[in-house]
Amino acid sequence: MFGFLKKTLSGTPEKPANPGWLGKLKRGLARTGNQLVDLFGGGGKIDDELYEELETILITSDVGMDATRHLLADLRREVKEQRLTEASQMKEALAHCLMKLLKPLAELLDTGTHQPFVIMLCGVNGAGKTTSIGKLAKYFQGQGKSVLLAAGDTFRAAAREQLMTWGERNNVTVIAQQSGDAAAVIFDAVQAAQARKIDVVLADTAGRLTTQAHLMEEIKKVKRVIDKALPGAPHEVLLVLDANTGQNALSQTKAFDEALGVTGLVLTKLDGTAKGGVIAAIAKAHPIPVRFIGVGEGLDDLRPFVAEEFVSALLGFDEE
Amino acid sequence: MLDNLTSRLSGVIKNLRGQARLSETNIQDALREVRLALLEADVALPVVKQFIGQVKEAALGQEVIGSLSPGQAFIGVVHRELTKLMGEENAGLNFNTVPPAVILMAGLQGAGKTTTTGKLAKLLRDQQKKKVLLVSCDVYRPAAIEQLRTLGLQLEIDFFPSDLSQKPVDIARAAHDWARRHYHDVLIVDTAGRLAIDEAMMDEIKQLHAAMKPIETLFVVDAMTGQDAVNTAKAFGEALPLTGVVLTKLDGDARGGAALSVRHVTGKPIKFVGVSEKMTGLEAFHPDRMAQRVLGMGDVLSLIEEAQREVDVEEAQKLAKKVQSGKGFDLNDFKMQIVQMRKMGGMSAMMDKLPAQLSQAAAGAKVDDKAINRIEGIINSMTPLERAKPELIKASRKRRIAMGAGVQVMHVNQLLSQFEQTQKMMKMFSKGGIAKMMRGMKGMMPGMR
Repeated sequence: MFGFLKKTLSGTPEKPANPGWLGKLKRGLARTGNQLVDLFGGGGKIDDELYEELETILITSDVGMDATRHLLADLRREVKEQRLTEASQMKEALAHCLMKLLKPLAELLDTGTHQPFVIMLCGVNGAGKTTSIGKLAKYFQGQGKSVLLAAGDTFRAAAREQLMTWGERNNVTVIAQQSGDAAAVIFDAVQAAQARKIDVVLADTAGRLTTQAHLMEEIKKVKRVIDKALPGAPHEVLLVLDANTGQNALSQTKAFDEALGVTGLVLTKLDGTAKGGVIAAIAKAHPIPVRFIGVGEGLDDLRPFVAEEFVSALLGFDEE
Repeated sequence: MLDNLTSRLSGVIKNLRGQARLSETNIQDALREVRLALLEADVALPVVKQFIGQVKEAALGQEVIGSLSPGQAFIGVVHRELTKLMGEENAGLNFNTVPPAVILMAGLQGAGKTTTTGKLAKLLRDQQKKKVLLVSCDVYRPAAIEQLRTLGLQLEIDFFPSDLSQKPVDIARAAHDWARRHYHDVLIVDTAGRLAIDEAMMDEIKQLHAAMKPIETLFVVDAMTGQDAVNTAKAFGEALPLTGVVLTKLDGDARGGAALSVRHVTGKPIKFVGVSEKMTGLEAFHPDRMAQRVLGMGDVLSLIEEAQREVDVEEAQKLAKKVQSGKGFDLNDFKMQIVQMRKMGGMSAMMDKLPAQLSQAAAGAKVDDKAINRIEGIINSMTPLERAKPELIKASRKRRIAMGAGVQVMHVNQLLSQFEQTQKMMKMFSKGGIAKMMRGMKGMMPGMR
């Protein structure tokens, strides 16, 4: 993590030095993209076999059975309405269907509505919460906002140190306590942010599996306590999802939403071979805006989710 | 754990029960359901396809002949094939080398390598009496080394310090040297999480492997991983000669299909599973038991093993004697039962391991570990005399107890009547044995008929 250090150390000479955001996104999703290019570029007719192969590709991208069926039904209708016959024409149609599903999720996060704007992060263990906080802090700083971090993961060994080390390196204030209670740490942080006129507070929490009833109760309490420190806060509850996660991402979304009222999603680790197709499954079953997606280990690699970019990278459209 | 897969397959089997015999057509329906269930459980598509092929072949073959019912035959086939897919038997760790035996941990970011490293060290020390040294070669993630150091302190296991300016290979070499000179049996090398497509990082772990010549190279994978598990596992398997797999976060509600995919792709046994956040939450993986659990046969064996490990045998025997005599079962014993249950990870952890029918029946009872905590709180608010002689507890004592435990008087009443019933049951048990007790339980637990 924070591999920008090692990237510069090791270097990858054959690739361009700065492939750009879209390039990275495309590379991350390349496997799905390439498969689809092969499928559509073959010059065949639209037939059942094509649909079946498409189904396979969607399922292996973690789109899930339900959303896959929905997308295929939608696609068939579109193909029929527009009287498409060639496989190559289907790409546009599929892009259209995907856009219909994903576009409603692309809602930019506006932190200008409150000051301080308190963002609470939650998620299962190892989803990338603490790492995402660092990147988000950088993102908001880039917008000229002052940022304060609250080291609310008091459970995992050295989670506090991880955030503090990061804060030192990047000149961001981190509020932490030697021991104890996540709610107390975040309460302090919110009060400090009010006193110091900070724009954005990012509150870390410990990772927890949704089956741990007592931990889910604890995080509910954290949220209640934030509201005590600053009525109306947190203004955003972000659920961090690992793109490697399969259909369980859906039950994570439901469970955290039930407990906390999740207002936005962050999809991390799209730079591996995982496709993050589970966004489509979420869009179908339990839509919540996707605020950010992460396509690399660099600090700038966490960016707002733009449905057009995502879909065109997924389908291997040319960069324009 | 794998609950959804279990209930799904239960449904398939039920449908099949009405059929006279297995035929190409009715098996087709069942197979489609199995396929769907596996896909929804995140088993990778290529693995699903092959598995379905195997089941079909086996089911339509002669193995079915002579079976009692088609349903049983089908379960048998699926169970056999599932066990086969997950690996035939439980494979332990190999220590057959000149000490220290090196264990190298590898995996994606956030898979749970560092936590597993700590758990594994504890398991090896407590259960196999090994002297373990921990070292972290993660010089990338801030405070990763600190995390392992803290775990080492918590668990009282030796930790070899390293820092960010060092090269992973040098750290590992120095740790190995130190372990040899201090007679450690095992050295566990934690590494940074890495993507399989990150060539520089994969080279680094290859070098680490070449330098350390570990006897065990464990691939740590998150049970929640989706379809991509096959790609990741394949890439790691090609880069490193893996010897086994550790499946983490299996205590979530993930359906755990990744277990099947990874096992299929790497061909390496799943050696351990992570089943709780506690440092004791690492268990040996038993493929046959897992297959049984998938099929709704329950994992009673793990439950028994856990009981043996966690439960205080002396206390349990004392309790058993009391139960047998039917005398003197008081609130102290009631509390002891609760404490012992908590040691085993609480009610919900135990329910996970019960056979499907049983846990479904009990699901109506809505097991709530919080309610159990409340009961303990109430008992703690009683005087020793009251615990020994609950019949003393009348209105004013009830009020005091309720105040002390921060509950309503109603809750104290509930507990007392619950206890009374248990006591009655105990007496019945001692007189008439289990059959009478089961009758007594009828209507006591919601959802049990």
